[in-house]
Amino acid sequence: MNRPIQPTYTLDKVGEENFALNLGPQHPGTHGVLRVVLHMDGEYILQADPVLGYGHRMQEKIAENMTYPQALPYVCRMDYLGALSYNLAWVLAVEKLCQFEVPERAEAIRVIATELNRISSHLLWWGAFLLDLGGFTPFLQALTDREQILDLLEEITGSRLTYCYFRFGGLPSDVDEEWLTRVLAFIKEFRDRLPRYHDLVTGNVIFHHRSKDVGVILPFDAAGYGLSGPILRGSGIEFDVRKHEPYSGYDRYDFEVPVDQNGDCLGRYNVRMAEIEQSLRIIEQAIGSIPDGPVRSKVPKLIKAPAGEVAMAVETPRGQLVIYIVSDGSKKPYRVKYRVPSFANLSIFAKMARGQLLADALAILGSLDMVIPEVDR
Amino acid sequence: MNISLLGIVGYLVGIAALVGLNAVILVWLERKVAGHMQFRLGPMEVGPHGILQTLADGIKLVSKQLVIPDEADKPLFLLAPIVSLVPIFAAMVPLPFSETVQAWELNIGLLLIIALGLLNTLGILLAGWGSNNKYALLGGARAVAQILAYKIPLLICVMTIIMMTGSFSLRDIAIAQKDTWNVLYQPILFIVYIITVTLETNRSPFDFSEAESELVAGFHTEYSGMGFSLFFLAEYSYMFIAAGLATVLFLGGWHGPWLPGVAWTLIKIYSIIFLMMWFRWTFPRVRIDQMLSFGWKILLPLSLINFIITAGVLAL
Amino acid sequence: MMDCCYIKEVVKGFFSLCTGMRVTMGNVFTRPATIQWPRKAAPLPDRFRGHIMMLANDKTGFPKCIACTSCARNCPSRCITVTGKKPEGAKKKVADRFELDFTKCSLCGLCVEICPVGALDFSRDYAMASYTRNDFAAMDLLQGLGSPFKDA
Repeated sequence: MNRPIQPTYTLDKVGEENFALNLGPQHPGTHGVLRVVLHMDGEYILQADPVLGYGHRMQEKIAENMTYPQALPYVCRMDYLGALSYNLAWVLAVEKLCQFEVPERAEAIRVIATELNRISSHLLWWGAFLLDLGGFTPFLQALTDREQILDLLEEITGSRLTYCYFRFGGLPSDVDEEWLTRVLAFIKEFRDRLPRYHDLVTGNVIFHHRSKDVGVILPFDAAGYGLSGPILRGSGIEFDVRKHEPYSGYDRYDFEVPVDQNGDCLGRYNVRMAEIEQSLRIIEQAIGSIPDGPVRSKVPKLIKAPAGEVAMAVETPRGQLVIYIVSDGSKKPYRVKYRVPSFANLSIFAKMARGQLLADALAILGSLDMVIPEVDR
Repeated sequence: MNISLLGIVGYLVGIAALVGLNAVILVWLERKVAGHMQFRLGPMEVGPHGILQTLADGIKLVSKQLVIPDEADKPLFLLAPIVSLVPIFAAMVPLPFSETVQAWELNIGLLLIIALGLLNTLGILLAGWGSNNKYALLGGARAVAQILAYKIPLLICVMTIIMMTGSFSLRDIAIAQKDTWNVLYQPILFIVYIITVTLETNRSPFDFSEAESELVAGFHTEYSGMGFSLFFLAEYSYMFIAAGLATVLFLGGWHGPWLPGVAWTLIKIYSIIFLMMWFRWTFPRVRIDQMLSFGWKILLPLSLINFIITAGVLAL
Repeated sequence: MMDCCYIKEVVKGFFSLCTGMRVTMGNVFTRPATIQWPRKAAPLPDRFRGHIMMLANDKTGFPKCIACTSCARNCPSRCITVTGKKPEGAKKKVADRFELDFTKCSLCGLCVEICPVGALDFSRDYAMASYTRNDFAAMDLLQGLGSPFKDA
C-alpha cells in the first residue's frame, strides 16, 4: 500500500495520449519562480525538465563590481531563508583572504545567530513541505514558532529576513545578557512544543504513507550529483561542513550529525527534525561558554584584499555553500563564484521525478527544500 | 400530498435562502475554525468577529467580471457550476428537520439524495473538461476516478441502516431512532460513513479534484467571479446535505431533550460539519492511488463485514 | 485474507489521526499568535532598520551632515544623493540637499555605519504606502530640519 506504483511507460511511447504540463513558474507547489516542464502520461510523469533562470540577478557579477563591504547586503539575498549563513560565508571568506582576526565572543554570537537562523529555515521548510502534502495547519504552527526566532534575530540584526549582521572582523554591535537569556527561554519553550510537531505530523499515518519510500536517493547518486546538506545526510552519507571542516569555532561544540539510511522523503524529514534538536544543543553550549570581550577586531576601513584566491565552505540550512573569491589586490574582487547548495540539489529532481505520480513529484520537490532565488541567483 | 404552484415557489425560495444562509455561515465558520486551529483569529473586521465577511466576499465575487478562457468549451464551461448547484434544490426536498418541518415526505428520500449526490461529480467533470486546462482536466478526471471507491462503501452503509429500519424514508428512519441512536449500534459504520461523505464532498484530506499544491485549484482553476462562487455554494451545500443525512441515519434526526426538533437537527448537522472542518485543518492530503486502495481494501471490507454481522444479528 | 498485522496497522493509523486532531483542538484553546494590526502594533526593536533619516544638530537645528559623501560612495545601491555648501563663516560644510531613492534602497544600513559624524539614523516608519512610486524616488531627508541656506 505504501509503495509507489512503478509505471511501465517509457518515453519512447510518447504519443497523443501524453501531454506536457507546465509546473510553474507560477504554481503553489514550486515555492517560487521555478518552472518544470513535465511530460505526463495521465498522472504519471515521463520526464521532468526544470527550467531555471526566472530569478537570475547576476549575483556573482554584482559582487565583482562592488567593494567587499558593499557586496555584504547582496549576498544574503540569494538564500533569504538562511541569510545569516550566506552572510557568514562571505565574511569568513574575506576574513580568510585578508587574514583578519575575529574575537571569540563574536564567533560565539555568530554561531548562535546562524543556528537560530537554521532552525527558522528548517521550521519554514517543515511547514512548506506539509503544505505541499496538503496540510495547512502545520505551516502556520511552524510559522508561529519561527516568528519568535525572527523576533529574536530582529532584536540583534534589525531586520526579519535578509539579515546583514556580520562584519569583517566581528560584529557591528554586541548582544546583551538579556537577549541571551531570552534565547535560552525560547529554547526551553520550543523543546516543550516540539512534541506537538511530532504528534501532528511525524506520527500521522497519512504523512507516513505520503513520504515513506517516495523519492528514494541512493547514496551513490547522492554523492554523484553533488548533493549536500540534509538531502545527502538523508541518503546515509555523513557529511557536514560544520563537523568536517569546522569554521567559526564549531569544533568547540559537541553535536551530532544526524543521518538517515533510507534516502526517501521521510528520511530527509527525520534528518531535518533531528538537526533542529542539534542546533538547539549548539546554541545552548555556545551561550553557556560565551566569553567576554570585544566583538570586533581592528579592521582597516578601506579593505584591500591581498592578491590571491580563497574558497570558503559553509553549511547553510540547505547544504554546502562555497564562496570562491579571486582577488587582484584592489578593493573589489576580481572574480566571485558561489557554489550554491539548492542548485546542486535540484539537479537530481529530474531523475527522481521520472515515473512518479504528480503528487509524489511535488512531495519530492518539497522535500528538497528549494529556495529558487538561490538556484537562479 | 397535493402540489400547488405556490408551494413550489415557496419551497424554492426557502431552499435558496437556506443554501445562501448556510454557505454564508459555513464559509465564516470554516475560516474561523481554520484560524483558531492555526493560532489566528480568522476574519475580524467586517461585522462583529467578521460575521459579515462572507457577505462582503460574496458581493465582491458576484460583481466581478466572468472570465471565460478563449479556448474553453463555452457551453460546458458555463453549464458546469449550474449542474453542480441545481441538484441541491432537489436533494434538500426529503431532508427532515423535525417531525413536521420537511419539504416533502418521500418514501424513497434516501435513494434520491444518494443519486443526486453523483451529479456533483458530473459538474466537476464538466468544469474540468470545459475549462480546457490541463490542471482542471486532471482534477475532473480524479473526481470521476474516485467515485466507485467511495460510493460502494457508502451505499453499503446506507443499506445497513435501511435493513435495520426497513424503510427508505428518512422520516421513518429518524422516528425509528426515538429511543436509541443508530450510532450506538453502529459506531464503525458511522466512521465509514463520515469518511465516505468527506470523499463525496471533496473535502481534505481527500480533496483530490482541488488539490491546491498539486493542481493549482483543480477543476475550478479557470473559474472566477460568479462561476467560482456557485462552486463554492455547491460545495458547502453538499456538506450540509451530507451532514443532514448523517444526522438522520445515525444521530437520531431531531430527537433530543429540551430543545425543539429543528434546533437539535441543526446542532447535529453543524457538529458533523465541524468534524469535517476539523479533518481538513489537521490532515495532509492522501495520494489518490492510496485513497483508492483505502476505499477498496479497508472501507469496503469493513462496511461489508458490518453489513453481514448486522444482518446476522437482525435475523436472530 | 487480512492478517493480524494489517488490522493492527489500520488501528494504529486511526489512532495517529486522533492524536493529530487532539493537537489541532489544543491549538484552538491556545492564545492566538497574531496581533490585530492596525488596531494594535507589534513592538519595534531598538535596532529596527527602517529607511534612513537625517539627525539635527542639537544646538543649531541644522542637519548634522557635513556632506562628505562617504555614505553615497559606500552605498551598494547608489541611492543617496548629497551635496553641501559652506555657510558663511563656518569651517565645515553643511548639506543643502540629501535625497534618498527609496525605491532602490535595500535597507542594509552601511551608510549609517560609515557616517563619520553620526548624522544618519534609522527611522521607525514602516507602514509606508503611496499611489505613485515618485513619492519614494527622491525622499528629501532634510525636510523638517533647519537650514542655514534657507534665505539664500
